[in-house]
Amino acid sequence: MRAPFLDFASAIQLLINGDATLGAIVKLSLLVTLSATALAALIGMPLGALVALTRFKGRSAVIVILNGLMGLPPVVVGLLVFLTLSRSGPLGTLGLLFTPTAMVAAQAILITPIIAALSRQVIEDLWTEYEPEFAALHIGTRQRITALLWDSRFSLITILLAGFGRAAAEVGAVMIVGGNIDGFTRVMTTSIALETSKGNLPLALSLGMILIAIIMIVNALAWSVRQWAERHAG
Amino acid sequence: MALNHIRKAVVVIALLALASPAFAQDKSIVVASTTSTQDSGLFGHILPLFKAKTGIDVKVVAQGTGQALDTGRRGDADVVFVHAKSQEEKFVTDGFGVQRFDVMYNDFVLIGPKSDPAKITGSKDINAGLKAINTTQSPFVSRGDKSGTHAAELALWKAAELNPATSKPTWYREIGQGMGAALNTAGSMNAYVLADRGTWISFKNKGDLGIAVEGDKKLFNQYGIMLVNPAKHPQVKKDLGQAFVDWVISAEGQNAIRSYKIDGQQLFFPNADQAAMKKAG
Repeated sequence: MRAPFLDFASAIQLLINGDATLGAIVKLSLLVTLSATALAALIGMPLGALVALTRFKGRSAVIVILNGLMGLPPVVVGLLVFLTLSRSGPLGTLGLLFTPTAMVAAQAILITPIIAALSRQVIEDLWTEYEPEFAALHIGTRQRITALLWDSRFSLITILLAGFGRAAAEVGAVMIVGGNIDGFTRVMTTSIALETSKGNLPLALSLGMILIAIIMIVNALAWSVRQWAERHAG
Repeated sequence: MALNHIRKAVVVIALLALASPAFAQDKSIVVASTTSTQDSGLFGHILPLFKAKTGIDVKVVAQGTGQALDTGRRGDADVVFVHAKSQEEKFVTDGFGVQRFDVMYNDFVLIGPKSDPAKITGSKDINAGLKAINTTQSPFVSRGDKSGTHAAELALWKAAELNPATSKPTWYREIGQGMGAALNTAGSMNAYVLADRGTWISFKNKGDLGIAVEGDKKLFNQYGIMLVNPAKHPQVKKDLGQAFVDWVISAEGQNAIRSYKIDGQQLFFPNADQAAMKKAG
């Protein structure tokens, strides 16, 4: 007998029963990815703004590298973080391998270039528009960065979502640095990989649908916030 | 200014996330083990019993045997629980493990498609089975990932005086993935594949696959457990790790393993050395 294409019944049953395990997995996925996105935004946005606003030797090279790093393979990032955090690696004494913190670090490294590169583009475009005004008012670099980040905030939300989506979807890095430990470092994507390897394809696919739904919900929320903010913005 | 609030919020979110209870360390050990023990559901059965008795959380990282031993060698696990005796003995001889204990066994089975192009289904002779696959050039999926099952497969080919892993004929397909992925692949290309019985019984996507060869003594599959040597890696949680090793080979742990069944079939057969069990208390 062939298994049904989707095992929605099981997946939805798990959801309705408020399945503790599934709930914890979803929670950890969100916690890890949101933390990574926040961390990456904290580093990536000012970095993007800085590159957009300053002129220095080798700037083109920096931009090309930044853009190129948007294509960082997750599995390579995972391997590098693994080697760094392993007990035999340079940061081994911290004991962070196979913990959610390691997963946050890997995802943050993965998406920081995405956020930095896209922020640079957005801010640079806006700057071209603002430059005469800034020059006339004698505004310093720091204030320029602040003003530009604020004025491009709606575009930056979309950039954050791009980073969030990339981090939420990846499996290679978190599998290596997290170890897919049941109840501790197992997230949606590694669960899907595990169920696939157990031959539980319908359940794996249904978990995948849930993951896509979660990403949609996060995007819908961000969209609503943006709409609301635009209506209330001066 | 509003941006300042956003910036503060981001910092707070990041700090909260890093400090939240999910990230807290407690009484726990990391066990590097194999996909076969994890995917078959054995750990899901025995670990809650161990936790109830000792309060110790066991975090299992499921890898191939080769990778699991490497995880131990790097000091990233406290205990290693795998199935490739010669590699395990080398691990201990090299000083990375304290002492190796037999835990349990099951057996390997040669899985094949119902169409059975090598005409070997029902045989008990793995040697003849592999030779027939070679002669008929029937597709064969190899783990190719230095796992315990991969090591066993290579040893079986060697015993049959064949060496497809080196000569790489087109019918021999190395996929470099876990047991479940190998079974999925074999199912979709009507290939033969060597699997441990535990993973096979619990595998949910059998499709047209079935057992072709089983019951040969050469298909024996022994599991062993060892504490990573604290002398090499001082951060190893020696007492908690040893408590787990002792429990697994104790009468209680062995009974827990014996009682794990799927559809009435026992998956693993405990065989810890009685003398070692007594010594471990």
